[in-house]
Order: sequence, then C-alpha cells, then structure tokens
Amino acid sequence: MIRKIFSSRAFAILTILFALLIIWYVAAIKLNMPWQLNAYERAGIENWSYSQFIKDTLNQDRPVLPSAHQVFTEIYKTTFLKKITSKRSLIYHAWITLSATLLGFAIGTILGIFIAIGIVHNKVLDRSLMAWIIASQTIPILAIAPMIIVVLNAIGLSGLLPKALISTYLSFFPVAVGMVKGFRSPSNILLDLMRTYNASKRQIFFKLLWPSSLPYLFTSMKVAIAISLVGAIVGELPTGAVAGLGARLLTGSYYGQTVQIWAALFMAAILAAILVMLVGLVEKQINKYMGFAR
Amino acid sequence: MNYSAATNWIIIIITIIFWLFAWLFNNWLVARETKFSKFQTVNFFLVPLIFGITLLVIWEGFTRGFNVPHVLLPPPSMIWERIINSSDILWLDFKQTFLKAVLIGYALGCGAGFLVAIAIDRSPFLQRGLLPLGNFVSALPIVGVAPIMVMWFGFDWPSKAAVVIIMTFFPMLVNSVSGLAASSNMERDLMRTYASSYWQTLFKLRLPAAMPFIFNALKINSTLALIGAIVAEFFGTPIYGMGFRISTEVGRMNIDMVWAEIAMAALAGSLFYGAIALLERKITFWHPSIRGVR
Repeated sequence: MIRKIFSSRAFAILTILFALLIIWYVAAIKLNMPWQLNAYERAGIENWSYSQFIKDTLNQDRPVLPSAHQVFTEIYKTTFLKKITSKRSLIYHAWITLSATLLGFAIGTILGIFIAIGIVHNKVLDRSLMAWIIASQTIPILAIAPMIIVVLNAIGLSGLLPKALISTYLSFFPVAVGMVKGFRSPSNILLDLMRTYNASKRQIFFKLLWPSSLPYLFTSMKVAIAISLVGAIVGELPTGAVAGLGARLLTGSYYGQTVQIWAALFMAAILAAILVMLVGLVEKQINKYMGFAR
Repeated sequence: MNYSAATNWIIIIITIIFWLFAWLFNNWLVARETKFSKFQTVNFFLVPLIFGITLLVIWEGFTRGFNVPHVLLPPPSMIWERIINSSDILWLDFKQTFLKAVLIGYALGCGAGFLVAIAIDRSPFLQRGLLPLGNFVSALPIVGVAPIMVMWFGFDWPSKAAVVIIMTFFPMLVNSVSGLAASSNMERDLMRTYASSYWQTLFKLRLPAAMPFIFNALKINSTLALIGAIVAEFFGTPIYGMGFRISTEVGRMNIDMVWAEIAMAALAGSLFYGAIALLERKITFWHPSIRGVR
C-alpha cells in the first residue's frame, strides 16, 4: 500500500511541487533581503530578531519576488472579495481576456478546418498554400500585434475583435496542419471501400474523412486554445492597458506592483489549465460517443 | 472620371489579370505534375513562389488602386524603400534583439532543457513528477514573465534572454525526455549484449534515436524565442531593438517602418527555422520522414 503511494504519479508531482514551493520561499528571502536590511538601517532598528526579519522580508509591499502566500492572498482578495463588475476584480479582467481568447479560438478553428478542407481537396491550393502557412508561423506574429490593434482601431474596430484576430492568427495554424494530417489519415483500403459503395465526394467527406480526423482536431485544438490565450494577453499590451490580464501585467510593471503581476500571471495559468482541460473533457466525451474510447 | 481615378482602375484591372494568370499557371503546373514526375521538384519551389509573388502584386495593386491610406497598410514597394533607406537602424535593432537576446537565450534555454532531460532520465521518480508539470508549463502563457524579468535583469538584453530561456526550456525538456524513451527495448537489449556502458548506450543509441524529437523542439523554440524577445521589449528597453522600434513607430504612425521591422523579423525567423530544418536533414538522414522525400 505504502509502496503504491510512493510510486504513484500524484505523489511524485506533489513532492516536486512542494520542493518548488520551498525553493520559492528561499529565493524570496534571498532576493528581498537587501531591501529589508536597508529598510532596517534607515529606520534605525538595530537589534532585529531573525524570525521578525524573515516575516518582514516575506511581506514587503513591493518585493523583488513576492512570496507564495502574498500572491495567493492577492488572488483571493481580487477574486472573491471584490465585486465582479469592479475594475479591481481579477475575474473582471480574466473575463475580458477570456472572451477575446474564445472568440479568436472559435474563428481560428473554423478557419483552420476550412483551409484544411481546401488543401485536401485541391492540389493547387495544397502546393501553393502549405509552404506559406508554415512560413506564416515563423513570423513572430505577436510582434505585429500592436500594429494590428492600432490599425484596426484607426478604421473603427476596437475592443474585442482586434485582440481576437491575433488569437485567430495564432490558433488557425495548428488546426489547419493537424486537420490536413487528419483528413489524410484514412487508409487507401477505407477510401476504396467508400468507392465500392459508390459514395459521392460529400458522403466520403462526412462519413469517412470527418470522423477519422476528429482525434487530430482535438489534439490541435488543445495547442490552439493555449496559444489563443497568449495571443489575447499580448494583444492587450499595446492598447494602453485598459482592461484584461495583459493590462494588469503592464500596469503592474509600470508601477512596480510585483504582487499584482504575479497574481495576473497565476490567473492566466489557471485559465490556460482550465481551457485545455475543457477541450480534453469534450474530446473524451466525443471519443466515447464515436467509439474511439481507449 | 478624372485622370487619377482612371489610372487607379487600370492598376486594379492589371492586378486582377495578373492574379488570374498566376492562378491558371499554377493550375497548369500542378496538372503537368501528374503526367511528368520531373515537374515535382520544380513545383515544390515554383508553385509557392508564384503564389507569394501574386500575393505581393495583389497587395501592391490594391493598396495603390483603392488609395488605401499609408497609415493603414503601406504598399510593399514603400516598405522595401524604407528597408533600403534605414538599413543601419534595422541592423542595430537586429543586433540587439536577434544576435544578442534571441541567440544567447535560445542556446542557453535549449541546452539547459536538454541537460536536465538527461539528468532526470535516470530517475523514474523525477520523470513521473516533472513531465506532467513540464507539459503543463508548456501550455502556459509564459511570455507573461517578461515584466518580471525586465524588473530583475534590467532593460538591456539579458532580461530578454532570460524570457527566451524560460520559454524554450520546457518544450526542450518534454521533447528530449520522450525522445530518450524512443529507442525500443529490443535495441537496448542489443546494446546490453554488447556490454556497452550507460554512456555508450546514450551516445550510440539513445541520443541518435532522440534526435527527431530534439529537432522538433528546436524548431518550435526557434519561433518562440523570437516572440519572447520581441514581446519582452514592450516592457522596457534601451532605445533600440525590434520590439522597441515596433511599439514606438506604431505610436508615431510610421507604419512603413513597422512593416520593415516585421519583414526583418519574418526573414530572420524563416532563415533560423530553415537552418534548423536543414541541419535536421543532415543529422537525421535515416528517419523515414526524410528518407521518403526523393
């Protein structure tokens, strides 16, 4: 029994998380120490005790590295103790980022699927588009993000859509590439079988190609949704940081509010984890329904 | 209809005619391919090239023909002029962002990920604990640490390199670990019958077998590194660097300069990616996906 616990995955993960937590606190004390010593000196406090010193270093207002409990109390304070509509609520900011992420992800996924359909059914498109799709991703699109947003603002588009478009650009790629692979995954035997049934192109697509590409779709959707979130966050940076998790990062860095930065960062991480998990859950359900269950 | 409107229409019509001809020519090339196999290698480069040129012509023709304000979208010829005229500024930015932050961060991040992978490869416990975490972290919006790194390491390139290191570390770690597990039991048993030591097995069997995975990570990281460095510059830089230039020139509405910077970034990104892909072909020449081509 005990052996089973020791060799379980959860135990290993928890141990490493615990080790990381300890490293975090040690690093926090070490990085914040100089400032605290300086503060004591200025305040003229001579005989401080070590326990007092450690307590103070871990609870500075603007620490170099905030300690874990500071970050989590900040998250707790700004999620549960503030009204959701308040500009200081982290949920409010997360929602703004999330809505752009989801919109961009939806457009990107649909676009990716259509591009894949075009590529699979048209050889000219395949030959001319595929190389450029791959090349398009070597462009650091996030670098264009500020310009896209400013330009779209200039023609009157503002708010959700420009950010969503950046997410779209990032998320269509994994879906398109994954779906091309997926549409080509059925073997020749299966295609021949469809032909012996005298199936039309439409029927082949909906009864063979589409179902057999679904596993590829979900794998690429997991990548796509994570990348969409990054796109939405970066998209918020250049707009003057009005609202959203990216804005929290930027204002935090302007005013040296490290605790706020870390809280926004953890919120983004939590959001990413939830989104990827949701896609995974849908995948599981669909797989069960389609009879792919492993 | 006055004179300039007439020339605009002529430009648009010429553009559309060019578009049609390029499309038909590509169709013709691809149709030829099924008959003569030697067209295949030519088409591999020619068809995407024609497609790309067509895109540029359409861009140039439509922005000029429809009188799109240059603030929104400058025509390619204007961007090209800007690249030629301000090549010294572009080179300065390139040196700062790419040669310092990206390359150094990329080398350190990938190297660290690879070494840690080899280290934890011997401990099943660490693998069980670190791998799920590594997978999880790869999906997080890591660019968010940029403001923190800028706070810690200052405005110059080391803070950007630090962001790049963090971004490239986890994909490398995860891919290397799965790569090291890629050699089959049969092959390992063979090595054991040769009485080879751990290091011999590592260098002669397992590392070569891991190469496709490692190159996969290197390719993913090549784009991530550029993104990380440029985005990190949005949070504070000395007065040069690609990210700095993009964000300030957008503010001054010098969109052609921004596009010049983007063109540079795209070129650097594509060449970087291409160099790694070429190296991959040389080193993993035995892999089916490479042997299959020609």
